[in-house]
Amino acid sequence: MKSGLSKRLEGLRSIGLGQALSWTLPIWAVLIAFLVGSVIIAGAGANPIQAYAALFRGAVGNGGLVATTLVKSIPLMLAGLSVVLAYRASVFNIGGEGQIYMGALFAVWGGTLLHLPAGVHLPIVLALGMVGGFLWSAIPGYLKAARGFNEVIVTIFMNYIAVAIVSYLVHGPMRESGWNYQSRAVDESARLPIILPGTSLHLGLVVALAAAVLAHILLFHTTLGYRLRMVGFNAEAARYAGVKVTLITVLAMALSGALAGLAGAVEIAGVQFRLLEGFSPGWGFDAIAVALVGQLHPAGVLLAALFFGALRTGANSMQTAVGLPMVVVQVIQGLTVLFMMIGAAVQHYGLWRPARREK
Amino acid sequence: MTTPPFLQIEEITKTFPGVVANDKVSFDVAAGEIHALLGENGAGKTTLVSTLYGLHRPDSGRIRLRGKEITLRSSRDAIALGIGMVHQHFMLVQPLTVAENIVLGMRSPREPLLSLGPASQEIERLSRTYGLEVDPAAQVWQLSVGMQQRVEIVKALYRGADLLILDEPTAVLTPQEIHELFNVLRRLKAEGHAVIFISHKLDEVMAISDRVTVLRDGRVVNTVATAGTDKAALARMMVGREVLFQFDKPPAQLGDAVLNVRDLCVMGNRRQMAVRDVSFDLRRGEILGVAGVDGNGQSELVEAIAGLRPAASGQISINGRALAAFQPSDLLDLNVAHIPQDRQRVGLVMDFSVSENLVARLFSLLPFARSGFLQWKAIRENADGRIKEFDIRAPNSEVKARSLSGGNQQKVILARELSRAPDLILASQPTRGLDVGATEFVEGRLLEQRARGAAIIYVSTELEEILSLSDRVMVLHRGEIMGMVRPGEVTEEEMGLMMAGEKRMTAQEKMEARQS
Repeated sequence: MKSGLSKRLEGLRSIGLGQALSWTLPIWAVLIAFLVGSVIIAGAGANPIQAYAALFRGAVGNGGLVATTLVKSIPLMLAGLSVVLAYRASVFNIGGEGQIYMGALFAVWGGTLLHLPAGVHLPIVLALGMVGGFLWSAIPGYLKAARGFNEVIVTIFMNYIAVAIVSYLVHGPMRESGWNYQSRAVDESARLPIILPGTSLHLGLVVALAAAVLAHILLFHTTLGYRLRMVGFNAEAARYAGVKVTLITVLAMALSGALAGLAGAVEIAGVQFRLLEGFSPGWGFDAIAVALVGQLHPAGVLLAALFFGALRTGANSMQTAVGLPMVVVQVIQGLTVLFMMIGAAVQHYGLWRPARREK
Repeated sequence: MTTPPFLQIEEITKTFPGVVANDKVSFDVAAGEIHALLGENGAGKTTLVSTLYGLHRPDSGRIRLRGKEITLRSSRDAIALGIGMVHQHFMLVQPLTVAENIVLGMRSPREPLLSLGPASQEIERLSRTYGLEVDPAAQVWQLSVGMQQRVEIVKALYRGADLLILDEPTAVLTPQEIHELFNVLRRLKAEGHAVIFISHKLDEVMAISDRVTVLRDGRVVNTVATAGTDKAALARMMVGREVLFQFDKPPAQLGDAVLNVRDLCVMGNRRQMAVRDVSFDLRRGEILGVAGVDGNGQSELVEAIAGLRPAASGQISINGRALAAFQPSDLLDLNVAHIPQDRQRVGLVMDFSVSENLVARLFSLLPFARSGFLQWKAIRENADGRIKEFDIRAPNSEVKARSLSGGNQQKVILARELSRAPDLILASQPTRGLDVGATEFVEGRLLEQRARGAAIIYVSTELEEILSLSDRVMVLHRGEIMGMVRPGEVTEEEMGLMMAGEKRMTAQEKMEARQS
C-alpha cells in the first residue's frame, strides 16, 4: 500500500535518478529563483539589487562571515549526505530531523556522562551521535524492509517522537538545575576545536568533508554501495542477482540515520555544547532540498549546503540593511527547489508533453 | 475512374535526434484488407503508426485517407477521422468497468451526467457483431490479458474506427488467444474495416495478412502479397540476409545428472498450487524443453530451481547437493545460470551501465572486487571483452542498459550468465519479443553450451522453437507433467492435446520418462 505522497516522491525519484541531469540545472534554478525572488522583494517595497547586495555581503563580506556561512553549512552537508545515501537505495528518509535530535542526545550523554582525555573523548562523542541516528532510523528501515511499512510516513512521525523525547528530557531528567530548559554542557574534551582562530569555524567542516569523500567511496567504489544502488534502481533484479534486499534496505536507512545523527553530534560538539529544546531550525528537512539541488551526488551536496548556509547567514544583514524579513530567504530557497524540479521534469518529459519514441 | 486506396502513406520521413526512424516510407492500405507491417525491433514500425495516430508529426510526407490529404495534430484528430489504435501496452484504467473505460474521454449525451446504459448496449452489439465476447459490466483488472485487448478493440470500434492499428498485438497472448484474435480480425475485415497489423513474427504475418510491407532501418524494403511469398523470403527482406530456421543439431552427448527434481510442489502468486508433484532428471549435454500454454507453472518451476521461490514440498538437488531452502545467492556456488523471463524487470538494472550489469551476479568476487572494494578497471575490461564476444551493439560499456535494444539487452544477460561455464542453465522464454536475428543468436549460444556439456532447461511457449531445440520435452498443464516426449517421436497435434490437458501419461510412463 502506497500513499499518494510516497508515490509522488517516487515520481520525483525517477526524475532525479532515472537519468543523468545536466549539471548546469542547479545553476539555472538558483538564477531563476533569484529573479523571481526579486519580484517578491520589489513587491515588499524594497530594492532587490540592494537586498541581494546586502545578502551577498552578509554571507561572504569578510572572513568572519565566511566562517559563519561555513559553520551554518556543516549540519546541512552532513544531513544532505544522509538523504543521498538513503535515496540511492530508494529509501526516502524524511526522518533526518528526528535522527539529528537523537544524534545530539547521544552526543550530549557521551559528552556529559563520560569523562575521558582529550583526543579520545571527542571521537567517542561523535561516534555516539552516529549510533543514536543509526538506531533511531533502523526502526523505520526494519519496518519498511521486513513489514512493508511506508518509510515516509513512519519517519515523519518518528520526527515528532524524537523532538518530544528531547523536549521531555531537557524539561525533566537532563535539566541543568537553576537554568532554563537545557542540559549541562559537554566537557571541554568533547568539543570540536576551532580551526580558524578568531572565528567560530570548527573542525566539524573537516568532518563533513571527510564524510562526503567516504560517502562517495561507499556508493561508487565498494560492493556495499553497488548493492545499495542496485536495490535502489531495481530491487527485483537485485534479489535475482543474490543481493539480500531486506538487509540492504535496513542498512541504507540506518547508515543514512547515522549521518544525520553525526550532523546533530557535530552541532553539539562544535556550536551549542548543550541540548536545547528545538535546537535544530529544520536541518533535517532542508537536507532534502540540499540533496535534490546537489543532484544526489556527495560533491553536489557540499556545494548545495554551502549555498543554503550562505543564504541563512546573509539573511541577517539583509534584514538589518533593507528591512526584509528572514522568510524572504526561505522563499528563495523554496523557489530554487521548485525550479530544480521543473527543470528536471522538462529535461525528462520535454516542455509540452511526453515525447514518444520507438523503444 | 479508379477509386483511390482507403489509406495512402506517401514518403513519410521522421527523424529523432541522431536517428532517422522513418525514411520516405510509402505504402497503402485498402478497405477490407489486413495489412501487415513487418520488421525487426527498431525498424521504425512503431514510429510510423504513431505518426498515423497523430502522436507525433512527420518531418515530411503526406497521409491521405479516402483520397483526401489529412493532417493529424493529435490522437483526437485521428480518432475523429476513424483511425483507432490498440497499443502494445494497454491504455485501460484497471479499477473501472469495461463500459466506463470505453466511454472515458468521450462526451456523454447527458453531460455532465454519465450515461452508461446506452453505451453498454452499443458495446454488447459491437461485441456480438465481431465475436468479441466483452462484458461491459466486468471490471478490467479481473480480465485476462487477451480479454483486455478485446476491450481495447471495442474501444476503438465504439469511437467509430474504420482503420484499426494493432501494435504487436500477439506479444502478450497465448496461442489460443492469438487464434481468437485472428478470428476477430477476419470478421473486421469482412465488415470492410482496414487493419494494420504490426509484428515481427513471420508465422503470424503469413497466417493473417493479405499484404505485407517490410521495414528495415526505417525504410520500406518491399510491399508484397502474402499469398505470393513465403517465410524465408520475408525473413530475408526483414533481416537483409539468409536466416536459418532449422539448426543442425548434433546428437546429445549425455553426461552425469546435474539436476534431480522429486515430487516438487510450488505455490504461485495467487496462493494456488502452481507446480504439482513434478519429478525429473537432467543430465549434462541435454536440453530439456518445457512446453505449455503460458501460465501453466513454467515460471514457478524455474523460479523454484533458481531459488527465487520456495518449494512447498519436494526436493531439488543440483550436482548432488540437495538444499532445503535455495537462495538466489546460492546459484553462484552451484554454478547455475538463470536467464529470467522478464529481462527488463528482473534480468537487468536498466539504469546501470552495461559494464555494471555484466557483473551483476559476480561483483563481489575476484577480480571485480577486492576486500569489499570494486575494481573498476577489471569490471570495464570484462565488459569490453564480453561486448566483443557476444557482439553486443553498444557505443561503449558505460551506456545504460536502458539505451540498448531488446536483443542487445538479452545479449548482456547471456554474456553475464554464460560467462562462468555454468553446469546448469535455466532459460525462461529467452527469445520472447526478440527479432529473428537475435533469436537465432540466443539459440545458437545455448546449443554451444549444450555441446560444452551444460544441462539446459528451456522454457518457451513457441512449440516450433521447443521442438527444434530440445532433446526432450516436458509438457506442463496446470503445473502437472502431462507428458515427457522426444521431438520427432511426437506430432504437434499430440503436443497440443497435452498442452490442453486432454492427454496425459500414465504413472508408469512418468516413472520411466524421468531419466533421459
